[in-house]
Amino acid sequence: MIDLAANIVFEPGFFSNSPVQSALVAGGAVALMAGVVGVFTVVRGQSFAGHSFADMDTTGGSAAFLLGIGALWGFLAVSVAAAAAMELLGVERRRGRDVTTGVVLGAALGLAALFLYWDTTASSTTGAATTILFGSLFTISPSTVPAIVGFSVAALAAVLVLYRPLLFSSLSADMARARGVPVRLVSAVFMFLMALAVALSAITVGAILSTALLIGPAATALRLTKRPGAAMWAAAGIGLVGVWLGILFAYDSSAWPGHHGWPVSFSVVAVIFVFYLAADLLTSVRAKWDRLRQDRLAKGE
Amino acid sequence: MGPAEAHRDVVALDGIGVWLSGREILHEVSFSIRPGQFTGLIGSNGAGKTTILRVILGLQEPTTGQVLIDGKPRLRRNRSVGYVPQKVVIDPDLPLRARDVVGLGLDGYRFGLPMPSLPRRRRIDEMLEAVDAMGFADSRMGNLSGGEQQRVLIAHALIGQPELLLLDEPLANLDIASGHEIVELLRRIAAEHHVAVLLSAHDMNPLLPVMDRVVYVAAGRAASGTVDEVVRSEVLAELYGHPVAVLRVEGRILVVAGSHADTEVLGSAPHSVERT
Repeated sequence: MIDLAANIVFEPGFFSNSPVQSALVAGGAVALMAGVVGVFTVVRGQSFAGHSFADMDTTGGSAAFLLGIGALWGFLAVSVAAAAAMELLGVERRRGRDVTTGVVLGAALGLAALFLYWDTTASSTTGAATTILFGSLFTISPSTVPAIVGFSVAALAAVLVLYRPLLFSSLSADMARARGVPVRLVSAVFMFLMALAVALSAITVGAILSTALLIGPAATALRLTKRPGAAMWAAAGIGLVGVWLGILFAYDSSAWPGHHGWPVSFSVVAVIFVFYLAADLLTSVRAKWDRLRQDRLAKGE
Repeated sequence: MGPAEAHRDVVALDGIGVWLSGREILHEVSFSIRPGQFTGLIGSNGAGKTTILRVILGLQEPTTGQVLIDGKPRLRRNRSVGYVPQKVVIDPDLPLRARDVVGLGLDGYRFGLPMPSLPRRRRIDEMLEAVDAMGFADSRMGNLSGGEQQRVLIAHALIGQPELLLLDEPLANLDIASGHEIVELLRRIAAEHHVAVLLSAHDMNPLLPVMDRVVYVAAGRAASGTVDEVVRSEVLAELYGHPVAVLRVEGRILVVAGSHADTEVLGSAPHSVERT
């Protein structure tokens, strides 16, 4: 009976399939880390910076493919270089930076278009473009899994170490500075962590969709809880469950009649989006309920 | 408190001058604050009040002069000064409850996750209690009113047990009743916790009942002393560089330019654009 139920949920071969195993391990590690980094990205209002890394990574990934090295290294190199450039250009001149970022991103995506064109003509397949832009968890080679897990764990650990100073400087940079927090250093380190998080997300769901993994679970968690620690763990959990459900859904869908299976990145992002909608619905229902209760209290019952 | 303690300065500014992008913001500002004193930092917008507070906090390097905290040159990281900035824009999405903000005041500069413990919780509760904020201790910071946020920020600044509490225009965005409550709260705290308070405001009148001393700032210059010593036409005329009349009307003090009451009112209404 249990076996039958399990067979309905998990199509045969799910757990013994090597690409699935790699996907579960690598995708899971990245999702945990991206959720935690994402909470601070949203709280600090740096979603746009996160998205810029995603754009830059498209260029990095397509260049790496052209050079015949793994996309992960392309994503990482460009992300980290972009973070360094953003830090060097200065955080002080906000307005000028927006315009500069816009121009640089446009140029980067133009380059990506060129590289992807060359990728496609060189390998006479559009596979490269799809993998870099939209990712494919099932094509992660087992040899890169340790690197992905290692970077994810390192980034996760770094955020946990910076937890209090990060939160403090998100509340008010001046208050944090007055209390002795090295605000400038903390924000520079966080910039690199964000770059790392986007590069690793790009390997799982593609460069274009990487911000969905970074922002989606975090935004959902922030709807559900008002405690900073809880928001962080909830985002990690939502990301993990989202990625694993997405993998399961994609794997199962290939066995459904009349289908070639749905792309795993689509199902991951779809699951995360459904979570967000559900959380949104829950908070508005809860707010309405609270208001009703307050009205009743006000009437003196 | 012995006589030596009474004559100790919690903070002393000595000939502070600040130049920012070719403009002189502060000129030879000197004053000191004794333990437990309540000092009003009074001046119109743009007079240099915020810059004085930033110099004391070490957020602004002075071009000339020096700041002594407890008799010693200010360290880069000084935790004996609590700070409540003028405007803390708090996003309603920021997942911080009132008690989290107070907790950050306690150990927010440390690395790692905060370890929940009973003593830590008790200390935060005590501080929330001291500022009458227990009623909204578990509410999101972004959902609180201006007066409520102000209380939480005061608790945040006080929990590190500073000797000096700096507040930048805490009354600016509050209605009269909440403003009055905050002033009363600060007076009580200054006495109970024996902490010196330096509070900036453009109107000195709400502070008259509680102020021990006043530092009056105009055009980057400052004069300090008791209200009766400082808020006089000779002293203020020297600061402003033009004739000034001080009028006392029904217990309120009005500072007006020129020697007639029908001219511009200084030091109570904003008449220049706030420097950002």
